[in-house]
Amino acid sequence: MAFDNLFSEIVFWALAVVTIGSAALVVHLRSIFRAALMLVVSFLGIAGIFAMVNAEFLAVVQVLVYGGGIAVLVIFAVMMTRDVDTGNRSTAVQPVALMMGIALLGALAYSIVQAEWAVLPDSLPGPIATVFVETPTQLGRLLLSDYVLAFEVAGVLLLAAVIGALSLVRERNDA
Amino acid sequence: MLERLLIISAILFCIGLYGVLSRRHIIAVIMSVEIMFNAVNVALVAFSRYTVPAALRFPGAGTDVERFVLEGQTLAVFVIVVAAAEVALGLALIIALARQRDTIHISDLSTLRR
Repeated sequence: MAFDNLFSEIVFWALAVVTIGSAALVVHLRSIFRAALMLVVSFLGIAGIFAMVNAEFLAVVQVLVYGGGIAVLVIFAVMMTRDVDTGNRSTAVQPVALMMGIALLGALAYSIVQAEWAVLPDSLPGPIATVFVETPTQLGRLLLSDYVLAFEVAGVLLLAAVIGALSLVRERNDA
Repeated sequence: MLERLLIISAILFCIGLYGVLSRRHIIAVIMSVEIMFNAVNVALVAFSRYTVPAALRFPGAGTDVERFVLEGQTLAVFVIVVAAAEVALGLALIIALARQRDTIHISDLSTLRR
């Protein structure tokens, strides 16, 4: 999608402001439950940004995995540990953390602005445009050809994570 | 346009870094790590869309354009998979910890330091 008209500019900036604002609220809010809800808003905003830069498949995956799965997991964990919750205070290193964050942001922003990127135009040349028209097909082909080893390892990783999580939260009545 | 997306990604990453370093509640720390993962994904997708693939820069480097154009999105898929596994395991650890130790504040969990 090319950013040729005013409407897409407005939508883009609205998404950016919502995403960054809710991410800032996640680390700022005292209530851990409200922070988890703000995290969901941030995830959905990022899904919108993905959809605006020709990554429609990733946008859908983002809504399903982050907006659905991970959000439910986090809220579930907040509920499960609510009786031992005593507030979301900051650590003693908060001023140092704030300074480090601002310093890193300054360094990153400086290098991003200074670097000379070889950027594609908003209206893509022919062969690349066809790739972005059918992203899911091409992604699937790549995952099962060039990246098939990583794909299988990712499957084993997910299986190991599920089994590990199950065994960790199991009630032990035999020990 | 690439710069805008990268700046957004950098802001999100630094917010996540600040959260990881400054929060005391473990679930808040995990949520901040998730924000950092998402910042990296935004950067990957932006590079995938807006940088010139090697195949076009050097004529004769290959004709499979999608291989170079979609490299960033493929890596983002794997980042999402690993993040999901990490969250599932991390939250299971937190629930087990809350049961055993009756605390979920990282400053109370300094057993390894002694």
